[in-house]
Amino acid sequence: MKTLPAVDAVIVGGGWTGLLMAQQLASRTSMSVVVLERGAPRKTSDYLDNMDELDYAIRLRMMQDISKETVTFRHSERDRALPVRQYGSFLPGAGVGGAGEHWSGISYRYVPDSFDLLTKTKEKYGAKRLPEDHAIQDWGVSYAALEPHYTRTERLMGISGKAGNLNGKLIEGGNIYEGPRSEEYPTPPMKMPYLAALFRDATKSLGYHPYPLPAATTSQPYTNPDGVSRAGCSYCGYCERYGCMIGAKSQPTNTLMPLLAKRKNFTLRPGCWVKRVTVEDGQARAVTYIDAAGEEVFQPAGIVFLASWTLNNTRLLMLSKVADPHKNLGRNLTHQISIPAATVFMEKPLNRFIGAGSAGIAMNDFDADVFDHSNVPFLRGGHIYTVCYGFRPMANFGVMPPSQKAAWGSAWKKAALDAYDRTGRISFYGEHLSYKGNVMDLDPVYKDAQGDPLLRLTLDWRDNERNMAKFMAEKATGIARAMGAREVTPFPGLKSYDATRYQSTHIQGGAIMGASPESSVVNSYLQHWHANNLFVIGSSAFPQNPSGNPTLTAMALTYRAADAIVERYVKRPGSLV
Amino acid sequence: MKRRQFLTVSAATVGGALVYTLDRRPYVVSAQDKPVRVPLRFFTEAEALDVAAAAARILPNDEAGPGANEAGVVIYIDRQLAGPYGRDRYRYTQGPFENGIPEQGYQGKATPREIYREGVRKIAGIAKLAAAEQDATLKQIETTSFFTLVKTHTIEGMFCDPMHGGNIDMIGWQLIGFPGPRMTYFEEVDSHYGNPFRPKPQSLRQIVGRPVKASEDEA
Ligand SMILES: Cc1cc2nc3c(=O)[nH]c(=O)nc-3n(C[C@H](O)[C@H](O)[C@H](O)COP(=O)(O)OP(=O)(O)OC[C@H]3O[C@@H](n4cnc5c(N)ncnc54)[C@H](O)[C@@H]3O)c2cc1C
Ligand code: SF4
Repeated sequence: MKTLPAVDAVIVGGGWTGLLMAQQLASRTSMSVVVLERGAPRKTSDYLDNMDELDYAIRLRMMQDISKETVTFRHSERDRALPVRQYGSFLPGAGVGGAGEHWSGISYRYVPDSFDLLTKTKEKYGAKRLPEDHAIQDWGVSYAALEPHYTRTERLMGISGKAGNLNGKLIEGGNIYEGPRSEEYPTPPMKMPYLAALFRDATKSLGYHPYPLPAATTSQPYTNPDGVSRAGCSYCGYCERYGCMIGAKSQPTNTLMPLLAKRKNFTLRPGCWVKRVTVEDGQARAVTYIDAAGEEVFQPAGIVFLASWTLNNTRLLMLSKVADPHKNLGRNLTHQISIPAATVFMEKPLNRFIGAGSAGIAMNDFDADVFDHSNVPFLRGGHIYTVCYGFRPMANFGVMPPSQKAAWGSAWKKAALDAYDRTGRISFYGEHLSYKGNVMDLDPVYKDAQGDPLLRLTLDWRDNERNMAKFMAEKATGIARAMGAREVTPFPGLKSYDATRYQSTHIQGGAIMGASPESSVVNSYLQHWHANNLFVIGSSAFPQNPSGNPTLTAMALTYRAADAIVERYVKRPGSLV
Repeated sequence: MKRRQFLTVSAATVGGALVYTLDRRPYVVSAQDKPVRVPLRFFTEAEALDVAAAAARILPNDEAGPGANEAGVVIYIDRQLAGPYGRDRYRYTQGPFENGIPEQGYQGKATPREIYREGVRKIAGIAKLAAAEQDATLKQIETTSFFTLVKTHTIEGMFCDPMHGGNIDMIGWQLIGFPGPRMTYFEEVDSHYGNPFRPKPQSLRQIVGRPVKASEDEA
């Protein structure tokens, strides 16, 4: 094993959160900062070649190499976990920029009451309404404390959208159910493809409050406060699962790397697979990794950051046997509910190959606690939306309206051709509460390519999710009728968690944040309670899954942690709370 | 050494055919007009003909337009099976292999290559049968994982970028009005509401102006 000279900070993972932390430390301090990323380097000019559905959206060229490492999965501790052998319900990224290269860019803030979910729900509905084996807890940070960091992130990425609540003033046409924001979005909303326009008009006619999805696929050329300029989106439709060939979608490589590349105190080491963090006497000392040449390397560091995404962060803490006296590590595993609430078959062609990862319309009239839950069989909610991310022929040819029964042959072909460009989806993203039974630990049987145990997910839906999904599918079907759909397939219902159906890559928990070491792994600055120079950043910190997509919140928490480190920790190391 | 196997794809049939289109107007689909002799990478010629026959019953050439044979679907499948996909490069293949529940996904040990080798044996000679008999043969294997794979691969071979061997002359894309990769729709995104917008398809190679490396050609 090779031992390298110590550095001030080592960051494991070169995705959105790892590179943001690197950028903050490298530009605001003189610390030497090393990012270890197990995937390959990437840049915008690589992405012209990726406009190919087969290699990118089906063979998943940008994702973590599943032949080397996957997870195992079971519904409950009574069941036997088996490996997820081919990707299904989520798609972990790998390579410089992480999943932030091939994300869709739908960029939500979480609603204010989601940060005090336990307190607020008890206050309003009483402790009796909480599901029996729930593990819901407050975050230890408030929306108000995060608001400036949300604004910073939106300006960093140039998010396109329309405010619905500007300093408490509600604005028609924006999301009136969002928390108060201090600033309008930095760029105007995206243009709307036809299906999204139909959804907008139908929801409006039903008295709902549609608004354009907040989009990191920036609607027009934009220069951010750091001076980084990007092009405007051209709606090419090769967006979700692809990198953007013109740099319009905000990605770590086009938004953060241009700044980092100029810093002499920053080093990026691609191809480096971190296996362990060494923690002794309550201090992180070093990380051990296998480098691109296959050699084992010991890298001592003053501060260690894990930014390797939810599952890898949790697994690295487990493999490294970092102190966990209150048995908090691995709990509160959640996966945002994501369902095709209604599949619609329209009369007119939709030209659905046109689109962008976050070009769409949503409505939050059934989100969070914006409607009264006294008489519905579930808590919380989510947003009903339609996004036109670019219809892919291989994935969508053969999606049939309910009236068509043929599965192959001439009749099938004719019906499939007829349905093809008339098919659209009304989707639903919903809140996933945390439960004591939904957890991660190390698998006793299956190993990765290095011989280390795989992470085992024990995960299933409860009635809260099933009842919510049913309610939303009914609402979406009503919207579909109002859109003039000639046929509709409502979502058949959530039964048990299905690792084969793509949901979203929004999995949270494992190293959750909170107000005390008894109930959490990290504090609200993402600092480990039992090693104050170890920070675990990203959505592994979320105690449960609010309805929106996670990245903006993960970034806002990273900014907040970076401020505390730069302004306080480097001067006086120790606990930040 | 194994004798090199070839498949002759005759595709002269579809040039100028009237097809049923998305905008419900008659539409002329163009296709390659000369038969092509294609070296096979995985199948024997007999296997290729049988798989091609199965694919052509799933997506037939009919009054609605060209089908799997005209698009060269079997060439696509042959290359996929010969490449990393065929030997399960994109799957976690460490044991032990156990039977799971459907929500845990495919747990089998068999690679796509093995599933095909085994599956084609069950429909051996199908290429020589009449259409109705071919359908009857396929009906019998309709619920097997082999049939599911053939159907998935038929759709893939019909609508993939031509660099993968299928969708010859972008015949599949013409059929569904898909333009393939394209740099911009900035003007078109909100100016064709309710009307079909059907630009002439272009392949990735035409867009980037040089060949692009396909996954099946990787190690
Ligand atoms: C198809 C898709 C669409 C998405 N769409 C949206 C969306 O619309 N909105 C939204 O908010 N979010 C979306 N997401 C999720 C979003 O991409 C993630 O939330 C975000 O990228 C997480 O950032 P991160 O830095 O925590 O992790 P990542 O971006 O996943 O980066 C982690 C990095 O760590 C590296 N790594 C892991 N383990 C190790 C190790 N042991 N050693 C070294 N390096 C390691 C990985 O290779 C990876 O590059 C989407 C994700 C996918 C896959
Ligand atoms: S749709 Fe827009 S943001 Fe997405 S890849 Fe294309 S140009 Fe880039």
